[in-house]
Amino acid sequence: MLNISGLKAKVGDIDVLKGLDLSVSAGEIHAIMGPNGSGKSTLGKVLSGHPEYDVVSGDVNYEVNFKNKDITTLSSDERAKEGIFLSFQYPVEIPGVPNEEFLRASFNALCKHQGVEEMSAEAFADFVRSKAKDMKVDESFLTRDLNVDLSGGEKKRNELLQMAVLSPRLSILDEIDSGLDIDSLKIVGEGVNKLRNEENSFVLITHYQRLLNYIEPDFVHVLHDGKIIKTGDKTLALEIEDKGYDWLI
Amino acid sequence: MEIEMMTESSEVLKRRDYKYGFVTDVETEDFPEGLSEDIINHLSDIKNEPDFIREYRLKAFRYWQTLEEPEWAQLNYPKIDFQALRYYSAPKQNTDGPKSMDEVDPEILETFKRLGIPLGEQARLAGVAVDAVFDSVSLGTSHQEELEELGIIFCSFSEAVEKHPELVKKYLGKVVPYKDNFYAALNAAVFSDGSFCYIPKNVKCPLDLSTYFRINSAGTGQFERTLVIADEGASVSYLEGCTAPQRDENQLHAAVVELIAMERASIKYSTVQNWYAGNENGEGGIYNFVTKRGLCAGNHSHISWTQVEAGSAITWKYPSCILKGDYSRGEFYSVALTNDHMQADTGTKMIHIGKHTNSKIISKGISADHSVNAYRGQVKILPSADHARNYSQCDSMLVGKNCSADTYPFIEIQNKTATVEHEATTSKLNADQLFYLESRGLDEEEAIGLLLNGFCKDVFKELPLEFSVEAVKLLEMKLEGSVG
Repeated sequence: MLNISGLKAKVGDIDVLKGLDLSVSAGEIHAIMGPNGSGKSTLGKVLSGHPEYDVVSGDVNYEVNFKNKDITTLSSDERAKEGIFLSFQYPVEIPGVPNEEFLRASFNALCKHQGVEEMSAEAFADFVRSKAKDMKVDESFLTRDLNVDLSGGEKKRNELLQMAVLSPRLSILDEIDSGLDIDSLKIVGEGVNKLRNEENSFVLITHYQRLLNYIEPDFVHVLHDGKIIKTGDKTLALEIEDKGYDWLI
Repeated sequence: MEIEMMTESSEVLKRRDYKYGFVTDVETEDFPEGLSEDIINHLSDIKNEPDFIREYRLKAFRYWQTLEEPEWAQLNYPKIDFQALRYYSAPKQNTDGPKSMDEVDPEILETFKRLGIPLGEQARLAGVAVDAVFDSVSLGTSHQEELEELGIIFCSFSEAVEKHPELVKKYLGKVVPYKDNFYAALNAAVFSDGSFCYIPKNVKCPLDLSTYFRINSAGTGQFERTLVIADEGASVSYLEGCTAPQRDENQLHAAVVELIAMERASIKYSTVQNWYAGNENGEGGIYNFVTKRGLCAGNHSHISWTQVEAGSAITWKYPSCILKGDYSRGEFYSVALTNDHMQADTGTKMIHIGKHTNSKIISKGISADHSVNAYRGQVKILPSADHARNYSQCDSMLVGKNCSADTYPFIEIQNKTATVEHEATTSKLNADQLFYLESRGLDEEEAIGLLLNGFCKDVFKELPLEFSVEAVKLLEMKLEGSVG
């Protein structure tokens, strides 16, 4: 589904990704770990097309309609329309825009792109409430302004709800576990497991092994200085938890 | 007071053009440049005005000559040479003026068609009564007959002077006296046309009334005057729109609007102002120096101003309410958007005189590029105004680089029973918000629209539906390329 090879990217004048290779197939969960400043969040931003991050060289091929397509030239909304979703480490607050209204606009933008009939406000109200129930998100989130006055943990759960509504093929979750208490972490973990199927894939960017107790990864990668320096299975995360990163660098 | 400067870098994309910037080629009758008693007498002569109007003009002119141009607003522009302006320009007509829309120069009808303003045959189909003002004269008013059946007078100001001099005499200058300020005095001296509206007792006007102002001629100022009177128990919703051709020199628009609401009467006045704002280097554009004020004369009367100010090189206006009647209510809802080198100094005054008077101010300022956007407001509670209430909310949004937003609220309370609240915020519309929305599948235009809608929601919901859709589109178009 996703094939990254030799990816170099910078933000401003700073080189952050320095030749990254990563391959993700449908149905897989990949965890990306690494020390601070290794380029984890940059990878998420680059994949979803943040305008401040420039791809210098390398390929990012993503499967669209059973064909590999270089997505580096697509704008972020075009990538979203092709099923790429980034859960933000720090979701942005948008005053005056009710969550439900925003979600419906997004959902319908995707429908339109896929040539599916757009959903009416009434139908969407039912649909989004059933998703909220699935993801154990309080309905009151829907009528509140997007992310305004939500706690850090609530914002993360709102990201989960958005993911459930938009049902992306490739989800990149950037530190979805940071700022979550243990109960919320469990709920987020269960939510991701519910959304998981044979056709979609997840890239989990995290500092901590504990998230992986709830979402079992197929692969664990260690990112350091803009490159993946080690790949293993879930036991690698446990080893890092135990020994830190020093032994790998 | 808050002052904040933005230094964030922004990518300037190609801007959409001002689509109302065209000029209509019509033969006109113009006055020579300059202002004198002769010019004013000449104006009165060609308009065939009664003596009381002529006297009013001359008194105002003599007073105006004693005044200095005000400089207190946070505005920066070269001194205006008032002798270099032309004070009257009108399309040439065969007779004394068109008897009906069908006699208006087809070239001009075409102009209004291009502006999306239905006149003539089209107007009969649309549910809005329109008075169209082209440079210094009104071209005619639609739906007059239907309105007349209800006793509603809706016509050009000149027609009102001719047919209803007693009403004009009774109310002209009662809310905005010519001594009010420099531009009000100038307007009183040289006003050429405008709209007049009278809603009789207990009549709810079934149509939205609207005036569309178009400046066409070069080197000409537009000085229109609008007077709206809602008698006891009457109500009306009034809309105003404005555009002008794209020119390199600045043009002056100095209007006066007076509203009077009697007991239990209600007037809702909405403006979407999109005068030409100059180019991206700040050359050209309209100087929009306007005095608008409403008098809640009777008990339980209500005046509501809603404005979307998106054009003009400089905007200087403070639609205000004098709350004289007990239990009267005044409201001001404003969105002011400035981009490029535009300057806006706008706000309101709420003067509480009657008991239990209530006022509400919602102001949203959006500044982008190198523009300067200030809210200036006054809430004054006089000793007589027992249990008066005011709520003010002034929010500023900064977009892109080098713009500024300022808030100057003046609050003066002379009665201990008053309740006054003021809230202010400053925020940035930034790349992170846009990216967030775009990463969810919304394209740039949809994302900006959603953000603007969110920010301006409390004001847009006050606009008539069609206007509100137009307003969102207008703001989106203006901001395109300013958000980086």
